Amino acid sequence: MKTASKDISAMTLVKEALTKAHQYQEQYHIFNYLNDTEAIRKAAEIDERIKRGENVGRLAGVPYALKDNFLSPEGETTASAHILEGFTSPVTATAVKRVEDEGAIMIGRTNLDAFAHGSSTENSYYGPTKNSKDLERVAGGSSGGSAVAVALGIVPFATGTDTGGSIRQPASFNGVYGLKPTYGTISRYGVVAMASSTDCVGFFTENPEDMDLLMKVTAGQDPNDMTTLPDFYDREEKFDDPIKKIGVIKDFDNEAVSPEIRACLSREIEKLKAAGHEIVELNMPALKYALAAYYIITPAEVASNLSRHDGVRYGFRSENVQTLDELYNNTRNEGFMPENKRRIMIGNFVLSSGFYDAYYLKAAKARTLIIQEYAQAFEKCDLILTPVSPNPAFKLGEKVDNPVAMYLEDMMSVSLNLAGLPGLAIPVGETTNGLSLGLQLVGPRRSDQELINFAKRMRGDHESAEDEHVDLMGGND
Amino acid sequence: MGNMEVNQDTIAHLAKLSDFALTEDESARLEADINGIVNYISQLDELDTTGVEPTYQVFEMENIWREDEILPQEADREALLGLAKEVKDNHIKVPKVL
Repeated sequence: MKTASKDISAMTLVKEALTKAHQYQEQYHIFNYLNDTEAIRKAAEIDERIKRGENVGRLAGVPYALKDNFLSPEGETTASAHILEGFTSPVTATAVKRVEDEGAIMIGRTNLDAFAHGSSTENSYYGPTKNSKDLERVAGGSSGGSAVAVALGIVPFATGTDTGGSIRQPASFNGVYGLKPTYGTISRYGVVAMASSTDCVGFFTENPEDMDLLMKVTAGQDPNDMTTLPDFYDREEKFDDPIKKIGVIKDFDNEAVSPEIRACLSREIEKLKAAGHEIVELNMPALKYALAAYYIITPAEVASNLSRHDGVRYGFRSENVQTLDELYNNTRNEGFMPENKRRIMIGNFVLSSGFYDAYYLKAAKARTLIIQEYAQAFEKCDLILTPVSPNPAFKLGEKVDNPVAMYLEDMMSVSLNLAGLPGLAIPVGETTNGLSLGLQLVGPRRSDQELINFAKRMRGDHESAEDEHVDLMGGND
Repeated sequence: MGNMEVNQDTIAHLAKLSDFALTEDESARLEADINGIVNYISQLDELDTTGVEPTYQVFEMENIWREDEILPQEADREALLGLAKEVKDNHIKVPKVL
């Protein structure tokens, strides 16, 4: 990505990004807030420091988009939910602090499904974000605004959160890279909580090199998030064999997955074989149950995490109240979106006495089986290549009234979150009608850098293959 | 658990646990939606989990302690109280409890 220097000013970079953001906003509805004044003030400050010869950091003057569930005092943090309306945070998320300490400048807060509950960005109180390739289709979700901001070239990177696919799926719906790191790699401090045992902070970028840089900047232990792992990214010198054993999950090769996605996976497998990699077929029967386990475990955590939103201490408070109970019940009923209510109620259902053993405990045991199945798979292969979602971007309104149909879109992404594994969504071309296709590289815990390195190699291989293709075509100009 | 039926009594109970003042329309809609979801998640029944230990945290972390000392915080009392709709004498004001 372009950083500010003596040759190109932070002001130029930031103004260019803001101009594009305003230009696209009306059609695509990407941002909940645009940070013009503060971004321009910061750009001037960076340029002043460059002039003085100071070291301004590895992301000097780089404009970026912030998913609107990260806390910072710049603009209201709404999580695209009515109940947080009017909330301007007095604290800053660790991930925000780390990129801004290196000189990055936030130009806007991006739209999401309210509280990150969804797979299309249609569950936003502020309306849906449109797909970057087709205005009649969804952006994916929940980090839809961030994916579209990078796909349209407004910013070179955007933040996201991934609880069950919320970075990888919108990345693949819009043709950009999206990383869900190993659980605990980047601090969750200052991020609006969804499901604490699966929530991950990650990024959208145009290429794997930028992803690597962002991981170097943000990964690492944080005393404000006790679940962060001891620093591992870019720390251990490991032998990274360029030739890999790549696992392919046979259980995902069925009619629930669209023919275009299956054909896309087959094409990539052939390319990998041609590049000398070995393909290993995997049977992982417990993965079939990952989605059911996910839609028990995460709603349970959602019900607990969202109980704090009661209209007392911050955000929206219902006007129509006489008693304290009415304050809680009316604020929550008016402030949450229908999907938030469904998940909170499902969570309270699976946790309630009489159902706890049958649902929550059963799902926690299924989680163990899924973790074991991945551990066995990684004894046979170095990494796994699978689709991110069963379909390319679907039409706006197509699934929004059918929660189970929407949940099924997550069937191939959620198991990584349950197991704590890293997954990198990579763009791999387009459908015949121009929609983006993506696949994900999955590795064992703490293999984040190997995934990024492999994505770099895959891109290099493709580019040289494309060059060859052009040569064979007789030198098109 | 496969035949668990969610009815209006269940919805009313869950709304109470969740602190929602649902409208009648919402309750009817939620009954249908939650039945669909419960029906889907009940397929876990098929999975044999005999003798399997549950996982609640993927790195199996135990409680992590910090020193019991007051560290400087980003937000002070004034900033936090400033977020509430109504404040009186350093307290957040709410309607009567009883």
